[in-house]
Amino acid sequence: MAEVLFIEGGRVIDPASGTDGVRTVILRDGKVAEVAERVEKPRDARAIDARGKWVTPGFIDLHVHLREPGQEYKETVATGARAAVAGGFTAVCAMPNTKPVNDNASVTELVLARAAAAGFARVHPVGAISKGSNGEELAEYGELLAAGCVALSDDGRPVLSSALMRRALEYSKAFGLTLTVHEEDLQLVGKGVMHEGAAATRLGLKGIPGAAEDVMVLRDLALLELTGGRLHVAHVSSRGSVRAIREAKARGLAVTAEVTPHHLALTDEDVAASGYSTDFKMNPPLRSASDVQACREGLADGTLDAIATDHAPHSAVEKDVEFDAAANGITGLETAFPVCLALVRAGALTERRLVEALTIGPARAFGLAGGTLAAGAAADVAVLDPKAEWILDPARMYSKSRNTPWKGKRLAGRCVMTIVGGRIVHEEGRTER
Amino acid sequence: MIGRHKHCISLAEYSREEILEVLDLAVSMKEVLQRPIKKVPSLRGKSVVNLFFEASTRTRSSFEIAAKVLSADALNWTSSSSSVTKGETLVDTAKNLEAMRPDVLVIRHSAGGAPKLVADHVGCSVVSAGDGAHEHPSQGLLDCFTLREKLGTLEGKTVAIVGDISHSRVARSDIHAMTKLGASVRLCGPPTMIPAGIEALGATVHYQLREAVEGADAVVMLRIQHERIGDPLIPGTREYSKLWGLNAKKAAEWLRPSCVILHPGPINRGVELSPEVADGPQSVILDQVQNGVAVRMAILYLLAGGNPADAGEAKA
Repeated sequence: MAEVLFIEGGRVIDPASGTDGVRTVILRDGKVAEVAERVEKPRDARAIDARGKWVTPGFIDLHVHLREPGQEYKETVATGARAAVAGGFTAVCAMPNTKPVNDNASVTELVLARAAAAGFARVHPVGAISKGSNGEELAEYGELLAAGCVALSDDGRPVLSSALMRRALEYSKAFGLTLTVHEEDLQLVGKGVMHEGAAATRLGLKGIPGAAEDVMVLRDLALLELTGGRLHVAHVSSRGSVRAIREAKARGLAVTAEVTPHHLALTDEDVAASGYSTDFKMNPPLRSASDVQACREGLADGTLDAIATDHAPHSAVEKDVEFDAAANGITGLETAFPVCLALVRAGALTERRLVEALTIGPARAFGLAGGTLAAGAAADVAVLDPKAEWILDPARMYSKSRNTPWKGKRLAGRCVMTIVGGRIVHEEGRTER
Repeated sequence: MIGRHKHCISLAEYSREEILEVLDLAVSMKEVLQRPIKKVPSLRGKSVVNLFFEASTRTRSSFEIAAKVLSADALNWTSSSSSVTKGETLVDTAKNLEAMRPDVLVIRHSAGGAPKLVADHVGCSVVSAGDGAHEHPSQGLLDCFTLREKLGTLEGKTVAIVGDISHSRVARSDIHAMTKLGASVRLCGPPTMIPAGIEALGATVHYQLREAVEGADAVVMLRIQHERIGDPLIPGTREYSKLWGLNAKKAAEWLRPSCVILHPGPINRGVELSPEVADGPQSVILDQVQNGVAVRMAILYLLAGGNPADAGEAKA
């Protein structure tokens, strides 16, 4: 039995219920019992002083790579789920591009079992769109749903066949599963390794135009209009995608979208400034300042529903090599909050919208429970110190991997406590390390 | 050291003064090459390792001769595989070579940024002999040296660079160095070969050859690589040669008589340059080759910390 928690004095920001103000939150039996302005501390409750802190629903990340099974040297379900709660995330959606691919119940069950044993964040497996994610045959969505998958994706690669994408959208309707799609036209990408533009030209690196993403987003929006179903665009990075999604939403299509902290914070010029650092290499690539601006506007106006980290751990084996040869991706769970909070300080985002995009926004995109502190909801809570200044020390990260562009950087804003199902699973400064 | 730099990887990072430091010293180095006994003891006891991951005869030989004329020991290490997916990584290879205590590591690699990666992991000086489409600093310097020799100065001069700019590390190094020395640079080629945002480097872009070369003081013709034609940037060499190649007729009609023609080599005769032009009076292509040795001597001398007592001998 988890103890009763009495979180007092904090500023509760819960966009789902329209709450923003100093409130007391009482968690009992794994659920939110009450959020109120004046309430007496129950005799058996443990008091948590949240003065000067934000108290929000636990963050939900629609897009992480936990690498298990198959690449446990990069991350495991347990280390990834631990990193998640350190960043305020109480639920993460694990992409299926493991080895083997999560296209069947046994992989789904393994991920769920490892997550249950670890006991940190909730881990929601995402099943594959196609068998082996090879883009040829549909995976068994009925089996994946029954085993516990919450969405479908061939993330890491696009569904190149328009015909298969059409059938996937149609077939998924029987199961109410959202298709979350990685959009890139591989022929336009070619051997590109960063965004096409002046920075790539100076560095002599092959470029990837934003249009490589746009054309696939436009294709899938056309297919969605044909088939119905639910489409979610993963890691939107180009202004063309933002525009296309905004128009599609205006027409009433069932599309949602996510954007990563790094695509909101960094540009292709940061790749150049880093001197070919492979911690700035990811797919989609860091784009131009105008793309970043469009993503920020899209997030602010609700075109983009969620902030998702695309947490992609890699070891030095994949990263301490030539830029051309390096693996794509960076870790994100432990840096998302401070990186996005900087956007609030820069005036690009309101506090409410920031919390919304980390909580109820993602919950609604995949139809997940949580993302709110409404009475009766699961007691998944993040307590955040928006003023805490800290330096990201790679040796003190919970993820197994260190591939982040914020290594050694000063960050402002930190998760100080994370509660999952009424149980404190992370407390900054009081750790098991 | 060249100015503030321990390495010679990118002319984008070099100042005008640092570029001139190399070019001025290269004048004395070229004089050494004219002597009957082409050997000075300036880098006696120093060693230079040429680490080449891409086929290259001329650049590697040029660095090798430059090292030997200065009495440094030169070792050539050629690796056919530039891929790191199998076998030893670039960082491991570099660390192994570094353990042999060279003073300078000269590296050519197909990946942009590879010399920077090596420089970040070794203690010795690193010279790029070309990395991907990034830079080829010694070529940029030798082109400037040649233009100073032929035109007196680059200040106020106009240089046209013609060809596949998108894949050209020579073009990038040329643009950085030439603009810093006061020249204006025109870039010319089919639109598919002009990389995004190149104007930001301070050059103008032209699609018509005539527009680019008319009135120019120098023209740098780049090699059109047959192996890249699979990546369909142009329909083929036939149309390329017709529209962007330089032949005797176009040279006579469009070029100023004083205009010099450069090419980093190796030439595709009949594609970017017709034989009459390549071998004609305006061509300074073979001067470039000799100047390349002098410029590389200057780079190695400055980075390997040549004995000041011997420097006089080189300069004598």
